[in-house]
Amino acid sequence: MSKVYETVIGLEVHVELATKTKIFCGCSTEFGGAPNTHTCPVCTGMPGSLPVLNKGVVEKAIAVGLATNCTITQNCKFDRKNYFYPDNPQNYQISQLYYPICRNGKVEIEVNGQKKEIGIHEIHMEEDAGKLVHDACDGASLVDYNRSGVPLIEIVSEPDMRSAEEVIAYLDKLRLIIQYLGASDCKLNEGSMRADVNLSVCEVGAKEFGTRTEMKNLNSFKAIARAIENERERQIALIEDGKEVVQETRRWDDTKGYSYAMRSKEDAQDYRYFPDPDLVSIQISDAWIEEIRGKQPELRAEKQARYKEEYDIPEYDIDILTSSKKMADLFEETIALGAAPKKVSNWLMVETMRLLKEHEMEADELAFSATNLAKLIQLVESKAINGTVAKEVFEKVFAEDIDPEKYVEEHGLKTVNDEGALRKVVEEVIAANPQSVADYRNGKEKAIGFLVGQTMKAMKGKADPGSVNQMLKELL
Amino acid sequence: MTIADETIDYIGILAKLELSDEEKEQAKKDMSTMLEYVSKLNELDTEGVDPMSHTFDVHNVFREDIVTNGDDRANMILNAPESKDGCYKVPKTFG
Amino acid sequence: MDLMQLTAVELGKKIASGEVSVVEATQAALDRIEKLEPDYNCFVTVDKEGSFAQAETIQKKIDNGELTGPLAGVPVAIKDNMCLEGMLTTCSSKILSNFKPTYTADAVIQLQKAGAVIIGKTNMDEFAMGSTTETSYYGVTKNPWDISRVPGGSSGGSAAAVAAEEVPYALGSDTGGSIRQPAAFCGVTGIKPTYGRVSRYGLIAYGSSLDQIGPLAKDVTDCATILEIISKHDKKDSTSVDREDTDFTSALVDDVKGMKIGIPRDYFGEGIDPDVKEQVLAAAKVLEAKGAIVEEFDLSLVEYAIPAYYIIASAEASSNLERFDGVKYGYRTDSFTDLHNMYKKTRSEGFGAEVKRRIMLGSFVLSSGYYDAYYLKALRTKALIKQAFDRAFETYDVILGPVAPTTALKLGESLSDPLKMYLGDIYTVSVNLAGLPGISLPCGFDKNGMPVGMQLVGNAFDEKTIIRAAYAFERTMSYKRPTTLRERGL
Repeated sequence: MSKVYETVIGLEVHVELATKTKIFCGCSTEFGGAPNTHTCPVCTGMPGSLPVLNKGVVEKAIAVGLATNCTITQNCKFDRKNYFYPDNPQNYQISQLYYPICRNGKVEIEVNGQKKEIGIHEIHMEEDAGKLVHDACDGASLVDYNRSGVPLIEIVSEPDMRSAEEVIAYLDKLRLIIQYLGASDCKLNEGSMRADVNLSVCEVGAKEFGTRTEMKNLNSFKAIARAIENERERQIALIEDGKEVVQETRRWDDTKGYSYAMRSKEDAQDYRYFPDPDLVSIQISDAWIEEIRGKQPELRAEKQARYKEEYDIPEYDIDILTSSKKMADLFEETIALGAAPKKVSNWLMVETMRLLKEHEMEADELAFSATNLAKLIQLVESKAINGTVAKEVFEKVFAEDIDPEKYVEEHGLKTVNDEGALRKVVEEVIAANPQSVADYRNGKEKAIGFLVGQTMKAMKGKADPGSVNQMLKELL
Repeated sequence: MTIADETIDYIGILAKLELSDEEKEQAKKDMSTMLEYVSKLNELDTEGVDPMSHTFDVHNVFREDIVTNGDDRANMILNAPESKDGCYKVPKTFG
Repeated sequence: MDLMQLTAVELGKKIASGEVSVVEATQAALDRIEKLEPDYNCFVTVDKEGSFAQAETIQKKIDNGELTGPLAGVPVAIKDNMCLEGMLTTCSSKILSNFKPTYTADAVIQLQKAGAVIIGKTNMDEFAMGSTTETSYYGVTKNPWDISRVPGGSSGGSAAAVAAEEVPYALGSDTGGSIRQPAAFCGVTGIKPTYGRVSRYGLIAYGSSLDQIGPLAKDVTDCATILEIISKHDKKDSTSVDREDTDFTSALVDDVKGMKIGIPRDYFGEGIDPDVKEQVLAAAKVLEAKGAIVEEFDLSLVEYAIPAYYIIASAEASSNLERFDGVKYGYRTDSFTDLHNMYKKTRSEGFGAEVKRRIMLGSFVLSSGYYDAYYLKALRTKALIKQAFDRAFETYDVILGPVAPTTALKLGESLSDPLKMYLGDIYTVSVNLAGLPGISLPCGFDKNGMPVGMQLVGNAFDEKTIIRAAYAFERTMSYKRPTTLRERGL
């Protein structure tokens, strides 16, 4: 009888915090930018330079800790993690080992209707590394330190997950919490959220976990799911063959769909952590914690309850609207500009979701403004444009965040409300289509649809179909 | 305390130092002398004493989150042994 | 009389009164340097052109009343581990043989603001690791009192440049005695301030929790004046302390009546040269005669300071020096096979033997399985040493002792036995471990005519009391120029 295995998974999630400046210097954290233009002596490891801690990093780390039910370490410190690599300009990374800022937290996830708690072992603050670009033409690598020193928190979970579904639910939960806090945009594809997967397998009911491996370079939820499945199979195959799983770090290659060990004899993985003597301790008072707690924005569950009460929209819609901070913000901002909640919800639920799907985009990537959505809704409500035109204009708003009023004006898309003009066109259509007119008069009700279509076409879509219909009936 | 060849090799990997055979022998000797000497600390009872990193009580030294640095790449990169396209050039890292 | 025989404050007065121009003072320093450098080798870099440019700017500012401080227009030399924008900064190492920083150390910025003319960068032990200035990649510095002897170290170039009257004053740095011991060996005065008093920004780190920048000069007045200028809170250094009690010249008072001075009995045991012992104890008598209350006491833990120091300093150094890797600045080896080979060859060729020795030791004590036994043990010992000083300062205002067990050794004498060299730091390292201020000043001579230094240690941030005691003592003993200068008519 073949054995039944259980997969045991813990996650190390790195999140880039959305501060304006780096963790230890006054350089901008802006993404992109020409190589090494956001650097200074501190974040390039120049001799004699010294780090000074960005207060915003501590506050954001505490906020995430509070939102994930952690205990805040009220006397915390930074340590140096020593290893040589060119993206690490000092050849040590300033991180936290001995006194991480948050400990012992938990979040609740839900998979297939089953609720489960995932423990958070700790959250610590650290600096990001630079970026290496491989220069194909002369077999060298190029280092860009723009990202060096960008603040990170690393959220280390307990090994509480048992499947890829749970992992994704956990990541999604973290992502939402952190986005709602405004602590990070959490984009996996841009690397502002990165997950390393620690995985082991053991027989169901075994007293001890198996030997675990650490999987790196996972850039999407899909890659994570694939890598978990692949690593589970690889470890089970080793065990069934009577071989041992080696504790090691592996790198996932998503295009090839397999992982390989990042082993090197030059890589001793002995980081010689010790307290960084260039930085002083951080004392976090109860008052400071309470101040941050007090400023904590509304999180998802609170928002959901409020939407239900204030806006009277279906739970399913609320779920979707709050599934991304960006979407929820758009929703609320548009309402604040005077649009009816139901209308706003409709635009977001129907047209926005359709376009997101069509463009294979995430809700977080929405780039249009509430102002322009509100203007569009106003145009429809005042019957200045009809539904078809509105959809057309919305595509422009979605893609380029155009000003709908201006756009409608410039492209002459306003519904013609001039009865005389409409009557003239309708008369022309009737004259030009004797067959359809005859059909209608002979009782073929449907024929009027064709005539409406012809009128709309002649009006270049700028008429209100209801008015056209009425006028046709009148004249026939 | 005698220092094994493996220890010296291992420390060489950590510290990125490559020692000649002669230097290795000297390093074994020096390190063994020093470790023996510093083991004098074992005479001291430090039970219950907290390790002290800084002698003064200074804490919570912060910067406000305000951009203060501009772009000084042109100057900074002049010190690089090798550079290309505004980047520091190093031997191929992997692949 | 040569202008360089004046103290910094005396020269500053002549410049302020218009008796001497800044260019004349600069010229005087450069002339001395040109004449004496072949003998002493105090400098790694002399910035002749830049000095005159600075001199002219400063003169204008003095003339129009913008610069009125006591050291405006006075030339200074900077230890070569402090960064100076655009000027070669080597730490006396091959690995930084081509490094020109894009920024200036904060202590140097304070001097520039006060109108100092920066003449150049002084020689030192490579990365400040040594007590003789013999580990420099740029050759040995000689002691102006006897060129067959070392000037001490690691700030040997700064101390010798002052003693040889190449510059009126210099900046040094002190991690385990690197200002105080060369000051003693060269017969000049130096202060290691309380940790946190002077910004470390731009000081290339050796042991970050121990390093402090301080002045070396001919007398206590100069040192107090310089310290007053460079003690400034710096937002770029998290360990820089914001305090207002930096008016050190107010402590230049010839009065020690009632001051309680403790002499650690355990400083005068085995290993101390009898001449040193005699001169230091005689100095204590002088202070007693001036009204101080002098007592002997047991400081305790003296023999544990060096082991704790070498573990902590080496561990921090092993990490601080990781950044020298041939990627961003400095030396890179000519040929290599891959990344790690480049690292190893660059570092092995770029660092000297003593630096490698400390990096190896430091990496070992931090490595897996040894951290608790060595590093944490050393930090616990440091806590005990601090407690011992705290207890002593409950009773005494000042702790008086020798700076080093001997006077300046012959060249080459200590290089053969590193441990012996380390033991020479016995009276200085505990002051760094405890983060306290210490002043080193001449108090006599040994039988070979070499200067003997006395050390006065104060409680944290109480530089004023040791300045007062040192000033009062100095009133009883005029400054002695090195005999060789007198003999050679220099």
